[in-house]
Amino acid sequence: MAEKITLQDHQLERQIVLSRILVGGTIAFLLILVLLARLFYLQVNQFDYYTTKSDSNRIRIQPIVPTRGLIYDRNGILLAENVPSFTLSLVKEQAGDIDQALETIRSLINLTDDEVDKFRTRLKTRGVPYSAVPVRYDLNEEEIARIAVNQFRLPGVSVDAELVRHYPQGDAFAHVVGYLGSITEDEIKILDPVNYNGTHQIGKMGMENFYESILHGQVGYETVEKNSFGRIMKVLERTDPVPGQDIVLNLDSALQQAAIEALGDYRGSVVALDPESGGILAMVSKPAFDPNLFVRGISRKQYAELNDPVRTPLFNRSVAKYAPGSTVKPFIGLAALNEGFRTTEDTVYDPGYYTLDKHRHYDWTWWSNKSGHGTVDLQRAIYQSCNVYFWDLAADMGIDRIHDFLFRFGFGRNVSFDLPSASTGTLPSREWKRAALGEPWYPGETLNSFVGQGYTEATPLQLATAAMLMSNKGKWYRPAVLKQIGVEGTPIDQRGFLPDIEIKNPEHWDFIARAMEMVVNRGYGTEYRTYGTAFPYIADGNPVKYRMAGKSGTAQVVAIPDEYDRADEVPEKYREHAWFISFAPIDNPKIALAVFVEHGEGGSAVAGPIARQILDAYLLEDGELKPEYRYPQISEELHEEGEAHDEPVPGDFADVLPVRQNELPLAAINQ
Amino acid sequence: MSSPDFVRHLGFIGQGLGRRKSVWEYFHIDLPLLVSLVILLGFGLMVLYSATDGNLVLMRRQFAFIIVAIIAMGLVAQVDMRILKRWSGWMYLGGLALLVAVIFFGSTGGGAKRWLDLPLLPRFQPSEIMKVALPMTIAAYFSPRALPPRFKHVFWSFILVMLPAALIAVEPDLGTALLIAVSGIFVLLLAGIRWKLVFSILGAGILSSPALWIFYMSDYQKQRIKTLLNPQSDPLGAGWNIIQSQTAIGSGGVYGKGWLNGVQSRLDFLPEGQTDFIVAVLAEEFGLVGMLFLLVLYASIIGRGMYIAAMAQDTFSRLLAGSIILTFFVYVFVNIGMVSGILPVVGVPLPMVSLGGTSILTLMVGFGILMSIHTHNKTLIP
Repeated sequence: MAEKITLQDHQLERQIVLSRILVGGTIAFLLILVLLARLFYLQVNQFDYYTTKSDSNRIRIQPIVPTRGLIYDRNGILLAENVPSFTLSLVKEQAGDIDQALETIRSLINLTDDEVDKFRTRLKTRGVPYSAVPVRYDLNEEEIARIAVNQFRLPGVSVDAELVRHYPQGDAFAHVVGYLGSITEDEIKILDPVNYNGTHQIGKMGMENFYESILHGQVGYETVEKNSFGRIMKVLERTDPVPGQDIVLNLDSALQQAAIEALGDYRGSVVALDPESGGILAMVSKPAFDPNLFVRGISRKQYAELNDPVRTPLFNRSVAKYAPGSTVKPFIGLAALNEGFRTTEDTVYDPGYYTLDKHRHYDWTWWSNKSGHGTVDLQRAIYQSCNVYFWDLAADMGIDRIHDFLFRFGFGRNVSFDLPSASTGTLPSREWKRAALGEPWYPGETLNSFVGQGYTEATPLQLATAAMLMSNKGKWYRPAVLKQIGVEGTPIDQRGFLPDIEIKNPEHWDFIARAMEMVVNRGYGTEYRTYGTAFPYIADGNPVKYRMAGKSGTAQVVAIPDEYDRADEVPEKYREHAWFISFAPIDNPKIALAVFVEHGEGGSAVAGPIARQILDAYLLEDGELKPEYRYPQISEELHEEGEAHDEPVPGDFADVLPVRQNELPLAAINQ
Repeated sequence: MSSPDFVRHLGFIGQGLGRRKSVWEYFHIDLPLLVSLVILLGFGLMVLYSATDGNLVLMRRQFAFIIVAIIAMGLVAQVDMRILKRWSGWMYLGGLALLVAVIFFGSTGGGAKRWLDLPLLPRFQPSEIMKVALPMTIAAYFSPRALPPRFKHVFWSFILVMLPAALIAVEPDLGTALLIAVSGIFVLLLAGIRWKLVFSILGAGILSSPALWIFYMSDYQKQRIKTLLNPQSDPLGAGWNIIQSQTAIGSGGVYGKGWLNGVQSRLDFLPEGQTDFIVAVLAEEFGLVGMLFLLVLYASIIGRGMYIAAMAQDTFSRLLAGSIILTFFVYVFVNIGMVSGILPVVGVPLPMVSLGGTSILTLMVGFGILMSIHTHNKTLIP
């Protein structure tokens, strides 16, 4: 074709193109050198910078949450364990349309509106992108299978197994063992950020809270290689966590269940102590709640139920203060003997009322037939619960002496080992009233205090402790829920932290104990009102198989308005509280307890039989006292043991005591 | 060019020049070019294996495409350039018609109409045809005309270049449009248009660039340029690719982390590590040494292409070969420049290495043309 145009100079044209190719080639060569220079800069000069960047891109250090310690009762029965639970989680960045994803999940498994709301809240508050946000907890096997089969329809959705706290006995130990719940903003501030890195829940109440540092363990770490979606590709290095230590409590599951059963539908509390160690054998508060609800996130409806203003299931009645009523009489009687204000033989004439400053104080007998007990000694004043005797004593003895004596029994203070939220109760004195109310003390108030009314208030725990001291003749053990740390651990000695109660004549212990025995066992005699107040309800026609001591108490809540003519017209909230303290067997005490029935009205009639039912359950086997609880054999042993324990070992346990004791105030829980 | 008598007197030095046609020459295959290409393709497959995380399905597909591409190259090499020159006009018109067809009947993907579904044919991009047809047409246009070209001819050839480029640009596929325009403009440059003209057009372009920025460029294009200047401005968005690819390259160091040990790509930090950003995988695993090897391979291919262009017997062949090989260089430079962060991010694959068969097929057809130019009718024209 080129031949057509004769003007072409092929040689010139070749020269032109060749020179242009040369220019192009040179430029190309230079530009390749530019690329090489750039690569040299990146790969040699900047090598360290990009290596660091690459590593920090992929290498993450993440915490491994330690397994929480288990909680056992004294017989090795589990009270709190960790069980695997399957959680459905969603990664927002991978799921695409959240509404669509939720709709798909809903078509597969049951998902309540409440759960969806909660999920949306969690989604809003989560911090890190690409992190999994829980949608539903506790999937069952069928639900896991449904999700697995439809996984392809659910990008970003995963089912993860984790260990969650579980309380196998449900509500039985709710108040004393406590529960695990989500860490709150306030708690974050005081927690060790390193050790709690990755932990989402913390003990909120009871032992779970008090022994948090022992149960929690030490966090571990692993260095992992993650891809850009945050998925772990490889574990590079691992420091194992130190699991939390198990703890063994003094609680006895069988006794606790017996106490719950004995209390029946009443609201109230039972606290039982071991007089040989101070160990809390049972601590029941009714109504209770299911602690498992808190572990998985409680629904609004459930939480509203727990805040019922009358039932107050979250409220631990075992450590709350109430007027103790006549249950204080044995201790006041002992004080009178010890301080020399009365002898065992001294009597008082009771016409049914006591007159102070021309004002008559009527005894309970007056309201039935306008009469009194007649001539009353201390023993009868206890087993017949005669107020006039104690009012008369009050006038002689005064408030401050009784304050000092009762203080030695643990009233007015919280001496428990591991129940920091327990109320101290109120043990009034002149000084106390001036400090607390800024008012002088009036003589009439002394009268109220001597029969456990007025300002006087005590917790079921304090009354059980006082009963324990009465049973073991003043040997102080700090009441403790914890028995030992670790299944193989040594029981913690609670002796020696408080001075034992020494009385001038130790026979007075037996004298009072006998009076308390009569409360339960003294039958109807020929004389008027010489039976024990609890006898008709506890032992009449059904003799107790062991030597049981007791004292009832019926405590006024308010002065009952006159508008109510008959007792059954009084609304429940005005009805009296019923108490019964007890210990047994008297010659070889194995258990001391306090029963409190909120608005139960009759100390002897209502609380008394409950106490016996609990003692029977604990002490009897096939209708007879268990051989190991019978008198001589064990008593000697106890004696020897007692001597061996005379040397307390303080400090032994002080090292492992948790530093944190900031349980939420009861009031806050109760709101 | 060959002179038997002269060669005979050269003794053993001339033996190579004077020998009979080898088997390769008989089949119109240029052995140095083939060897470089095969090594490059093999190396590419190796890198791709790592980049796809050992995905054998993708590897098999890629391998099949490579075989098809090599066969296509061999077939094209058999065709005499004079035949191609004769038909180039028709190819150009056909390609133009298909580009128009794309605008009306093209199937949409990723917000752009680039593909054409024709009965009895696999789905293809008509712009691929233009990658070959355009430089060929411009070369054919200048072939009968005296060089250096007159302004009139430059003007008309420029129209020929801009027509398909404009049609591709509206798909929109600006990257391809630019590269196709460049392949045509290379013909113009090689044809010897005056430097004065070249520089005045360049100057006008630079002066008008602010207007281009304001009135023409879309937001995502502006973003790419901003990202080039400062990748850290949006490290999780637009800057992510470039930061991650530079991290991959830089952390490779001199000797690399070793084959299959590239952390950045294996852990999905590097996006498009199999396609446009594959060079970052290579640099991470084989280091500067590997990159040097790659660049030497490219340089030897480009060098051989330049040689073929220089040795070509007629203007058409020279212009075509020169344009093909310079365009190939532009692909290499733009891709590596973009991944290493000296050019803005444009969707250009690394030639012969990135996943994707059509690109390799088109390139290998181009190399087939080079081989044809080098092995046909050397003795006809002085």
